[in-house]
Amino acid sequence: MSKYLLDKFLFTVDRDPELVERYREDAAGTVSWWEEEMANRILNCTTGEKSTWQQLTDEERTALREHNHVALFELGAHPFLTLTLFIAMFERDHGPLEYQQAYGKAMEHLTLPYPDIAT
Amino acid sequence: MATVAAVIASTHHPFYYRASTSTGADRPPFADEWVAKIEAFRETLTKARPDILVMVGSDHFHQLWLDNMPQFLVGKAPYFDANWYNEEREFGLPRMTLPGEERLAGHILRNGLDAGFDLAFSNELRIDHSITCPIITLRPDADLPIVPIYTNIFAPPLPRPQRFVELGRTIRQLVESWPDDKRVAIIGTGHLSLELGGPRQFGAHGPDPEFDRKAVEWIASGDVEGCLAEVTLDSLHLPGNATHGFMDFMLMMGVAGAGAKADHVDSLDLFHTMEAYFTWYPNGVPE
Repeated sequence: MSKYLLDKFLFTVDRDPELVERYREDAAGTVSWWEEEMANRILNCTTGEKSTWQQLTDEERTALREHNHVALFELGAHPFLTLTLFIAMFERDHGPLEYQQAYGKAMEHLTLPYPDIAT
Repeated sequence: MATVAAVIASTHHPFYYRASTSTGADRPPFADEWVAKIEAFRETLTKARPDILVMVGSDHFHQLWLDNMPQFLVGKAPYFDANWYNEEREFGLPRMTLPGEERLAGHILRNGLDAGFDLAFSNELRIDHSITCPIITLRPDADLPIVPIYTNIFAPPLPRPQRFVELGRTIRQLVESWPDDKRVAIIGTGHLSLELGGPRQFGAHGPDPEFDRKAVEWIASGDVEGCLAEVTLDSLHLPGNATHGFMDFMLMMGVAGAGAKADHVDSLDLFHTMEAYFTWYPNGVPE
């Protein structure tokens, strides 16, 4: 499990308008590029001072490549990050609140306690 | 010595700005009632004639991140830029720049450390909607210097509810021990029951109206002990997965003091979440 890295993907994409569009249009390509170039970047350091060990699990990578917000929730990704980014990508294709309500309905089989989001 | 001119606790609804400024077909049916309630709430701050605002909120993964996450942080800077690209994108919030009150921030840091709170600090903090929403609702001219204080209600492990109450009590004491002859309003925002990114989000009401009813009663009556007896880090998962933001209300109950009945109480049942507004005047209701 690398919940931290899942969250780091969502965080770094959500705050960058170009990456939001790139992830919407080409999820698999963006995830591959991100894991290669960005996963080991320490965000508050220069690019020369990288980590060496960050890697998504196969399950996490698949959830990101498939834009699967239900799987991301089940894997313990921070739900605020997932929701915010997915609204940015997909709300535009729906009527007012339609996307947010469908997003919740897709998870109605989930019961408490929800997956732990602690990193 | 400084005077606590008002203590204010509020929800911070990022959609208020858009709802209140929209017109015609874009204006939601609840906007007029919402604006009327906010204007009455704003008057409770205006008539307190504050010089400085201490603003308690919580960064939503904008500047603070999991590689270096403080539990409690005080902003000490001459200015604070505000609102972020993804808040403009989702909520239509405007970019802002607010003046800071560095001397009070320094006093809170020094004496907070000495009082047993290992407060983090930031000398370059871009604040988010947890602080700009109450600026927009309560002081839209954004003309007063602020001291922002961030709490972690967002990235577990979190401090326990008791710690939020204790920090609130300490902030009250720290403001009252500041030597400057200023009128300080202490304003904090959080949530009642709230679900974000889970199956109970964006319903016709908040996810747990019964929790909301009890929460309003705890806050309005200053029932700190009753609230602490029922609210734990574990219990806050039940009303909705983002309900840990209620701990910022508990902090403000600590500021107001045990048994302190709020002088202004209002609420508004909206889709997705309930709004709630509280004002206390520790030194008497201003004329």
